[in-house]
Amino acid sequence: MPTIAPSVDEAIASIPDGAMLVVPRESSGVPMEATRALIRRGVKRLHLVALPTSSLQAEMLIGAGCVDTLETSAVSLGEFGLAPRFTAAILGKTIRMKDATCPALYAAMQAAEKGVPFMPLRGLIGSDILRHRPDWRVIDNPFGNDDPIVLLPAIKPDVALFHAGMADRAGNVFIGRDRELTTMAHAAARTIATVEKLYDGNLMDDPALSAGTVPGFYVDTVALAPRGAWPLPLLDHYPADGAHLAEYVKLAATPEGFARYLDQHVHAKQAA
Amino acid sequence: MTDFRPEELLADVIMRLIGEVRHVAIGNASPIPATAALALRERGGGKPYVSLLGSRKHMFFTDGGRELFDCAGQGRIDVFFLSGGEIDGEGNINLVSIGDYAQPSVRFPGSFGSGYLYYVVPKVILFRLEHSRRTLVPKVSFISAPGGNAENVHRPGGPVALVTNRCLFSFDRPRKRFRLESVHPGHTVEDVIENTGFDFDRPGEVPVTPAPSADTLRLMREVVAPQLAEVYPQFAAKVFGVKLPAAS
Repeated sequence: MPTIAPSVDEAIASIPDGAMLVVPRESSGVPMEATRALIRRGVKRLHLVALPTSSLQAEMLIGAGCVDTLETSAVSLGEFGLAPRFTAAILGKTIRMKDATCPALYAAMQAAEKGVPFMPLRGLIGSDILRHRPDWRVIDNPFGNDDPIVLLPAIKPDVALFHAGMADRAGNVFIGRDRELTTMAHAAARTIATVEKLYDGNLMDDPALSAGTVPGFYVDTVALAPRGAWPLPLLDHYPADGAHLAEYVKLAATPEGFARYLDQHVHAKQAA
Repeated sequence: MTDFRPEELLADVIMRLIGEVRHVAIGNASPIPATAALALRERGGGKPYVSLLGSRKHMFFTDGGRELFDCAGQGRIDVFFLSGGEIDGEGNINLVSIGDYAQPSVRFPGSFGSGYLYYVVPKVILFRLEHSRRTLVPKVSFISAPGGNAENVHRPGGPVALVTNRCLFSFDRPRKRFRLESVHPGHTVEDVIENTGFDFDRPGEVPVTPAPSADTLRLMREVVAPQLAEVYPQFAAKVFGVKLPAAS
């Protein structure tokens, strides 16, 4: 049975140093409160897989020294420009980068979902993305004739971590249209979700809701985190906090400014 | 002549490039292509379908982020837009880094979906607002996606055009070469040559890019701008004066 953790800090306590952690793109429910909790705890050596891109979450985890390997297709702060701590880490070679392209990450995650060792994907041939990925292979399509195609090994994360609108006490999590959260939960060994609110009743009893629900079967831990995606948006709930993101970008331009940001918005929370 | 902003001119150029199609998708960081696609849909009474990444209202996908790519892989997306930190004369695009990949001097966000969509979407429109020798280069440092492939590689898609702040190029796929189609008002062919790091073809007389009509401008400003604000609030505020959402 999934557990309802009494706090976000306790919900993420079971994520070990060195874990392969998969997290979603900005528009699918980014667990920012849980990210702040991970940084406060001082998690180390994460292999972070951002499906298929990331913004402030990867940026902050990298800046705080939590990431050893980053596997994703892009890190950007969108309308607020480049992600400064990500950029600094690549230029300073303090993280190992596994550059991908979006559908490659979805496909590799789907391979894990199906329990098969790899998935084929079109595209990529002739790119330097492929050239720098010795773990990817090109084969001749066995059902075709002189038709090269790329194979991607399954990505099997230790933990999937995301934020969603609501969950019930049985650990069923309502994700609506953001079906990639289901893919993440299927692919990962364990799933931790933070939610805006708890739903009274069972989400599986309502057909309109159950169709957009990750069943508790796949979920290990749920924690309540109102405004848990802040300052990023949670679609259908609240927009991004643009003023805050603009402030972040200014501060994070230097390591000292970033440390100040963490003091104000991450570490200060502990005392509160 | 009606007054217009550079972004409106570029969106108008992109509207013509999209043409008559069934489904236009717009990826990350593409507010001008989004303006064009939404304006075209408005004018077409709901056609084409527009899938705007990051939107709830302008996106029909219900199968997660992968649906965009599955849809494209089947040939169900007709037009997509890509940019690049660098773009070269053979249509190769670089969204990753400058210099040696292991020790780059500049790092961009990353390749996004380009390593796939550039191959499978029939009409990929490249856009790069900064038209300079820094961005339009003889050869990209890193190929996120190549302009073309060997004959035996499955490649129904690829680039058809490149839109910049100075001009419009078309792309000849068999010859892997850009051709100057028109120069935007206020710029000259000499400017374009001076600021482009690769060779390109051009006709004897290069036309001036036509200005957007009053009707198109009205569509963009009155109907499309508020729609854009859902995904691109900063852009909608800066270009069209749409009020930013209140901090909550």
